[in-house]
Parts: sequence; C-alpha cells; structure tokens
Amino acid sequence: MSFSDHFPVLVVLIPLLAAPLASLFTKGRAAWALALAATWASFLISCLLLKQVLTTGTVRYYMGGWKPPWGIEYRVDVLGGFVLLIVTAIAALVLTFGRRSIKSDLPEGRRSIFYAAFLLCFTGLAGMTITGDAFNVFVFLEISSLSSYALISMGRDRRALNAAFQYLIMGSIGATFILIGIGFLYMMTGTLNMDDLAQRLPAVSDTNTIRAGFAFLTVGFGLKLALFPLHLWLPNAYAYAPSAVSAFLAATATKVAIYSLLRFLLGIFGFGFALGAMPFDMILIGLGLAAILSASLVAVFQKNVKRMLAYSSVAQVGYIALGIGLASQTGLSAAVLHLFNHAMMKGALFMALGAIAFRIGSSRIENLAGLGKRMPFTMAAIAIAGLSLIGIPGTAGFVSKWFLVLGTLEQGLWPLAALILFGSFLALIYVGRILEAAYFGTPKDGIEAREAPIGMLIPIWILVIANIYFGLHTDFSYGLAERAVADLLPAARATVDAAEVMP
Amino acid sequence: MYNYWLAVFLMMAGFYVVIAQGNLVKKIIGLGMFQTSVFILYVSMGKVEGGSAPIVTEGVEVYSNPVPHVLMLTAIVVGVATTAVGLSLAVRINEAYGSVEEDDIQELDDELDKIQESGL
Repeated sequence: MSFSDHFPVLVVLIPLLAAPLASLFTKGRAAWALALAATWASFLISCLLLKQVLTTGTVRYYMGGWKPPWGIEYRVDVLGGFVLLIVTAIAALVLTFGRRSIKSDLPEGRRSIFYAAFLLCFTGLAGMTITGDAFNVFVFLEISSLSSYALISMGRDRRALNAAFQYLIMGSIGATFILIGIGFLYMMTGTLNMDDLAQRLPAVSDTNTIRAGFAFLTVGFGLKLALFPLHLWLPNAYAYAPSAVSAFLAATATKVAIYSLLRFLLGIFGFGFALGAMPFDMILIGLGLAAILSASLVAVFQKNVKRMLAYSSVAQVGYIALGIGLASQTGLSAAVLHLFNHAMMKGALFMALGAIAFRIGSSRIENLAGLGKRMPFTMAAIAIAGLSLIGIPGTAGFVSKWFLVLGTLEQGLWPLAALILFGSFLALIYVGRILEAAYFGTPKDGIEAREAPIGMLIPIWILVIANIYFGLHTDFSYGLAERAVADLLPAARATVDAAEVMP
Repeated sequence: MYNYWLAVFLMMAGFYVVIAQGNLVKKIIGLGMFQTSVFILYVSMGKVEGGSAPIVTEGVEVYSNPVPHVLMLTAIVVGVATTAVGLSLAVRINEAYGSVEEDDIQELDDELDKIQESGL
C-alpha cells in the first residue's frame, strides 16, 4: 500500500489527532499554528483525493482492512470529494483569517481549547462527508455538533450561551431522530454499510418500518440543515457565535447536513423511493419556497448584520431544498452547485463582517455607517460577495440561480421561477441596506475604524475572487456538480428498475 | 413486544419534558430520557427469539445480535457527552443571568435589546 492509499483516513485523522494536542498548549498562538497546519494539510489531501476520484473513479478505504459490510468503509465519490474540498478549504481559510479575530473575542486561557474544539468540529464534518457507513454518519455528526455547541457558547455576548443551549436541544433531538431512522433501516436490512443498504432496501421498501425510518431521517437532517420551519436555532447561533465560528459554520455545517441528506435520499433510499414513492419532492419544494420568502423577508428587517446574514442562510438553504425537490438532473446539479457557491459567499461575508467587528466591535447596521471610506477593502469584499448573494451576472451566485430557474422552467413551473426571482429581489433589499449604510451613511461619532489587517484581508479576498472566478468560469464547478449528480442518479435509476422487476 | 411500547412511552415522555419545561436542567433530563428510549429500541431489535447474551459459551447455539449492543455503547457515550455539555452550558447561563428559567432569560435579553436600541 502506498502512502496515497491512506488519504481518505488521513483527512479525518490529522485534525482528530491535532485537536487534543492543541488543547495542551498554553499559548493560543501555538495552538493556532498547529490547527492551521492540520487544516491546510487536510485541504491539500482533499485536493489530491478529488483529483484521484476524477481520474480513477470512487476511492474506497476499508478501515483496519475489514471488508464491508462488516468493517467501516470510507468512500469518496465525486460529490463527496467536492463537498470535502469545500469543507477543508473553508476551514483552512477561516483559520488563516481567525487568529486576530479570536484573540479579540476570547481571553488567552480559552484560546487553545477553542482551537481544539474547532479541529474536532472540522473532524466531524469531514468524517460525515467521506464515510460510507450509516451509523458512522451519526457518530461524526455528534462529534461536529457537540464541538460546535461549545464553539458557539464562546461568543462575547452572554446571549451566545442561550443560543448554544437552544442549538444543543434542537441538535440533539435531530441527531436522535437520525439514530432512530438508522435503527429502523438496520432492523429491516441487517446492515449499516450504505452501498449494502441501497442493495437490500428495495426488497423491503414497501413496509411501514422503512417509511417511518425515512420520516425520522428526513426530519432529523431537516433539523441539522435548518430547513424551514426547523431553522429556529440558526439565527441566534450564528449571530452570537465568535466571528470565525459564524464564518466556518455558516459555510460548512448546513452544507454537510444537506450532503448527508442527499446521500441518504439518493444513495440509500434511491431516487424512485425518496422523491417518487414518497411525496418528499413536493414537500421540499414547498418548504424551500417558504424558507426563501419568509427568511428573506425577516432578514430585511434585521438590525444586526450578522443576524441578517444568518436569516439569509436559511433562505439559501431553501434554494438548495427547492433544487433537490425538482428531482431532475438540472435541479439537483443546481442544488449541489449552490451548496458550493453559498459556502463561498457566506464564508466571505461572515469573515468580512468579522473583520469589521474586529475593528469597531459591533456588527449593528447603524455602526457600519461610512465604513465604505474607512475600510474600503473590507467593504468592497462585502459588496462583491453581497452581489453574488443576490445573483448579479458575473458572480457565482448568478450561475446557480440561473440553473435553478432553468430547472423549474424545464418542468414548466414558471410560477416557481418567478418566486425565485422575487427572493433575489428581497436579497437585493437587505444587501442594499448594508451597502447604503456603508457607502452613503455619515460616520457616527466615537467609532474609530481603520482598514482590517492584511492577514484578514487575504483569506477574505481569496473567497471574493473565487466568487467572481466561478461566476465567469463555470466548467469546473458546474461540471463537477453535474458529474456528481449523474453519478448518483443512474445508481438510483438502477434501484428503481430493480424494484419494478420485483413482483 | 412490550419493550417497544416502553421505548415509545419513554420517548414521548422525554420529548414532552423537553418541549414543555422552561427550566433548562429539566430540559436536559427530558433529553436524557428521549435518548435512553432509543437505546431500548436498539437493544430490543437485537434480541433473537430464544437467544442468549452474545458471549460465547459452551452448549449455547443461538445468540442475540451483538451489533446493536455495540452501537448503543457509542450512543451512550454520545448521550453522556451531550448531557455534560448541556449541563455545563446551564451552569454558565446561571452564572451570566442568575437564572435557569427560560422566561427569565428571555426577559433579561429583551431588556438588553431595548438598552442597545436606545443607547446606540
């Protein structure tokens, strides 16, 4: 076995081992350096993994040499590699950005613990994306969730504590639902390996146990991915968490939950059962629309910009849910693409907001007045990422919304297309409020502001430039998304055919 | 079969406590019940008719399925960790707000919001 054969396990193992080490350091800076090295190493490995997947097909790794279905299998296909790339890239960038931001958010004694929790959260998210074992998903989900409760509670404001507690209650209920769902699947099939499950499920899929398991799993993941109306934990959690945590979680946590949902829907239950036999596609379209309209509307009236962006995240999840609900090649590809684009724009926005909070100590909209002149690079980043959020042509946000609208028109659902555009209009209003305050407002007295330090600006601008780059060159991102979905769909079709052959 | 009913009862009771109680510590207790019910569910499904405990013994032919037991070991660890994190958050909330009642916390937060609105 060569070294590269161990890549799938290394992505998870490096941050997992670095986490306890980081907590041993007394100096926050040393812990930061270790965490930074671990996340960048994971990022490099995930790049190599994706390249390997694209050239040689799905990479499988048997934990401890035990063959599935007995052992735990790690499995990286195009979709998994793509999401893994997003998670590791955002983690590496956020940590590069985060040192000074964390320094101002946390006292010295807590910083090494913070980096340890951050690495654990990252471990959990990376593990969820590449594991091929249903129960393993639950374990990694809890690793990432438990550490994210701790991360959120470290916010400056005491309301962070309450937000973390609410998230803990909702998140644990969601995770327990997922556990029950996996239990029902195991009860009927006697296996936990995802591929094995997919093969055995069609034979028993016409039972109430499987239907109940399906319901538990979708509600559980719905809670984790903040699908309307299960999103109530999200706005406060993102608004009061330390800036770096908001940026990291907003860009990755809900994305990985969506990915896991897709994995279960298409990879295990199969396209025909999940979006055909069960009316889940209609539910997703309905909830997605409700999320887009209601969350965007609420976002318009927020006074705290972080909270505004958090509500906007709920709306963006709505777009993705809608794309999945369309249940077509275009719709699903648009959903996967939006997952990637949203990670880029929300990562950039929350990091830029973190830079502002670092300089002026607030993220309320009235305190942003006049910052356009005083922090030109930071505000320009917010402006460009905001335009991407709205979906202005030339930015990444435009591409995914374009394909989403195409997906709805393909099926003749033009009222849906109109509502998607109306959602973009609402985004225009709330992004416009930020920009209006920053560029046309008169600076308030007593607020000192200078341009953010260069160490913060570089990671922010990497994401901003990525937003523009992927808005103009869609081959890589849309091509990958399309391939990822095409990989999932024929497998799904095959199981549908098999189910039809069965008497 | 009765253990499935027991699991359902515990699950619903725990769920009800989580939703209905305003006291954060009681919510954690409810969450604990809710999670425990799942352990019973899993262990019940691993039972094989007439099977003995899955420990290799002479003269025993039929064993219960050990996999659910092992899975639940992990889930118990997760449950304990969740309770620990939840309780420590409750302690921190008590230090910060002087209360673990949801209504009091809400009231204090609303006051803070008003001060921020008028002050800044």
